[in-house]
Amino acid sequence: MGLGAESSFGDSIITTKLDHAVNWGRSYSLWPMVFGTACCGIEFMSVVGAKYDLSRFGAEVVRFSPRQADLMIVAGTITYKQAPILKKIYDQMCEPKWVISMGACACSGGFYDNYTTVQGIDEIIPVDEYVSGCPPRPEAVLDAVMRVQEKAQRESVLEDREKREYKGILDA
Amino acid sequence: MHKNEILINANEIRNTISKLKKDGYPLLLDITVIDYLEYPDVTPSRFAVVYILRDHTFKKFITVKAFVDDITLTVDSISDMYYSANWAEREAYDQYGIIFKGHKNLKRVLNHHQFKGHPLRKDYPVTKRQLCTQTEDLMDEMTPLLESYGYNKEDHEDLMFLNVGPSHPASHGTIRNFLAMEGETIKACVTEVGYLHRGFEKACETHTYSQVIPYTDRLNYCSAILNNIGYSKAIEDMLGIDITARAKMIRIIIGELSRIIDHLVCNAANMVDLGGLTNFWYLFAPRDKSYTLLSKLTGARLTNSYTRIGGLEFDLYDGFEEDLNEVLKDVENGINDALSLVEHNRIFHDRTQDVGVINDEFAISAGVTGPNLRASGVAFDLRKDAPYYGYENFDFDVAIGSHGDVYDRVMVKFEEIRQSIRIIKQAMKELPDGPLNVNHQGVLLPDKKDVYGNIEGLMNQFKLTFEGIKVPKGEYYGYTEGANGELGFHVTSDGTGTPYKVKCRPPSFYSLGAYSRIVEGGMLADAVITMASMNFIAGEFDR
Repeated sequence: MGLGAESSFGDSIITTKLDHAVNWGRSYSLWPMVFGTACCGIEFMSVVGAKYDLSRFGAEVVRFSPRQADLMIVAGTITYKQAPILKKIYDQMCEPKWVISMGACACSGGFYDNYTTVQGIDEIIPVDEYVSGCPPRPEAVLDAVMRVQEKAQRESVLEDREKREYKGILDA
Repeated sequence: MHKNEILINANEIRNTISKLKKDGYPLLLDITVIDYLEYPDVTPSRFAVVYILRDHTFKKFITVKAFVDDITLTVDSISDMYYSANWAEREAYDQYGIIFKGHKNLKRVLNHHQFKGHPLRKDYPVTKRQLCTQTEDLMDEMTPLLESYGYNKEDHEDLMFLNVGPSHPASHGTIRNFLAMEGETIKACVTEVGYLHRGFEKACETHTYSQVIPYTDRLNYCSAILNNIGYSKAIEDMLGIDITARAKMIRIIIGELSRIIDHLVCNAANMVDLGGLTNFWYLFAPRDKSYTLLSKLTGARLTNSYTRIGGLEFDLYDGFEEDLNEVLKDVENGINDALSLVEHNRIFHDRTQDVGVINDEFAISAGVTGPNLRASGVAFDLRKDAPYYGYENFDFDVAIGSHGDVYDRVMVKFEEIRQSIRIIKQAMKELPDGPLNVNHQGVLLPDKKDVYGNIEGLMNQFKLTFEGIKVPKGEYYGYTEGANGELGFHVTSDGTGTPYKVKCRPPSFYSLGAYSRIVEGGMLADAVITMASMNFIAGEFDR
């Protein structure tokens, strides 16, 4: 049931804003690339498992290839040895892309305040959503995915995402 | 503190160890170094190397200690005698800077290649961080390895070099395997670890004995409570505390439940790698149910920190037994469902039998323990061979395999789940009443009633919180049967409330050290399921 121009085409056409249509598609088909390194990676398995079931949010197609994914979930501690790899994989993901930092270690280094642990992945790559917990409960991860969905709905295809300013410690 | 420690001169290391090997000590468990720089006693030199060996009956262990010359910092390598010494010596070099003369490839193993200095030395500041800007190409290891197999530099063009990991769906965490392939066949494999080295041992030196317990959770995070138990037991033994009968029994029950969860995760992930996703759902449903039980009991699903030195954090809650029975029933159903799909499945048999074979002699030389060793036909289980907490009173079998292949490892784990259920059922029947924690001032926090009610209680609370438990001076090696094998803690105390040094003997570090030799000559797809079947847990081998 349309108004104006739509009414003359019958029920087969709707009009909407381009941003609205694109964002609707993006936010309900997030494909996660799980950068699971530690305990949080094990807990992420529960998030995908039958009980918590990430597929209810359209985000169950877990890709291990960064080129096929648009949501990076960093689940676990990132060490200085791991950091260049994290950055490389993030760089390989195509825009638009979002990052969830899952758990205390990824957010801040957690209780590993020592010579080997990066004190938060936001030193290496930009982060959209942080999840607290060591490890977080699966519900908390689902909540973060929903927050990313909301974020994706507020974006515009006309804006160039690449222009976001970010400089990490590995960006020369 | 040790009755079975021998102290030798550094130049006698090779002689002594080879004599021990001849006298029936085939298993080199661990090599570690102690830096005595800040130790209150005067020692002959700054560093001492410690070798821990286990005998052929698996009942006894022995530690050999030698002080290292301060100027040369060099001792002889024993990596030609024991395969497990290869990585063990590399780690000692990496962390302490001790040079092992005769070691063929003495390079860092845990820290990255741009790292300067040796972090576990007492004069290395705990928060001195060093940036790594790029990953090594590992050709420095690959070229000599290929040469030893008869491939010259010119042959490199005929081979395909492939990185599997450190971020790869089949790498189960953060392992990097660098492969030289000829078609689908792996001709040479170099394993690189350390991507999850998060400084467990250094962290122990800056926290009190009780504060270390949460760190142990995150060693093998699939069975956190077994690590809690292993660590707490070592410290209790150092203190000379015998925990209460009830605490022992609850540790057995919850420990075996953790073992079940660990094996469920391992087998479920292995089945996914084999292409059988349904098994994953069958095995993960009971696992999630047991996490619900654990979070009711301990407050956390995965990282429980359930033990306390001298006992446990909480007693069992009302209705625990009904919940437990339900979980156990679900676990049994889960493994029956999963096995109904694979047990007589021709595809599964063809895919797993005679694949990734570990020969028993090699396994022992490489320090492989636990289900991986048992699958190779060696019935070594510390719960039987050196029982603790009264495991000798339980009626259970040690499951062993006959071929040491992937099939055996999967089946041994399934059988161990069944045996753990047997143990839990017996333990629940025998569960004694009585106090949960030892009544020992200076070990466990006093009741809140005393803290607020009298000055002794208040002081005790303060002293324990700020200074920690005072553990008598000395060195001690404590061990338990972890989910992956012998989980040991070599603890050095200087008499204060903070450990002077803790070295974890991680079972999967040594299994992973052996991995490259196991997969060479096989197919790439077989290497993937071999890895999954050996249950490498990054938190454990990288610490």
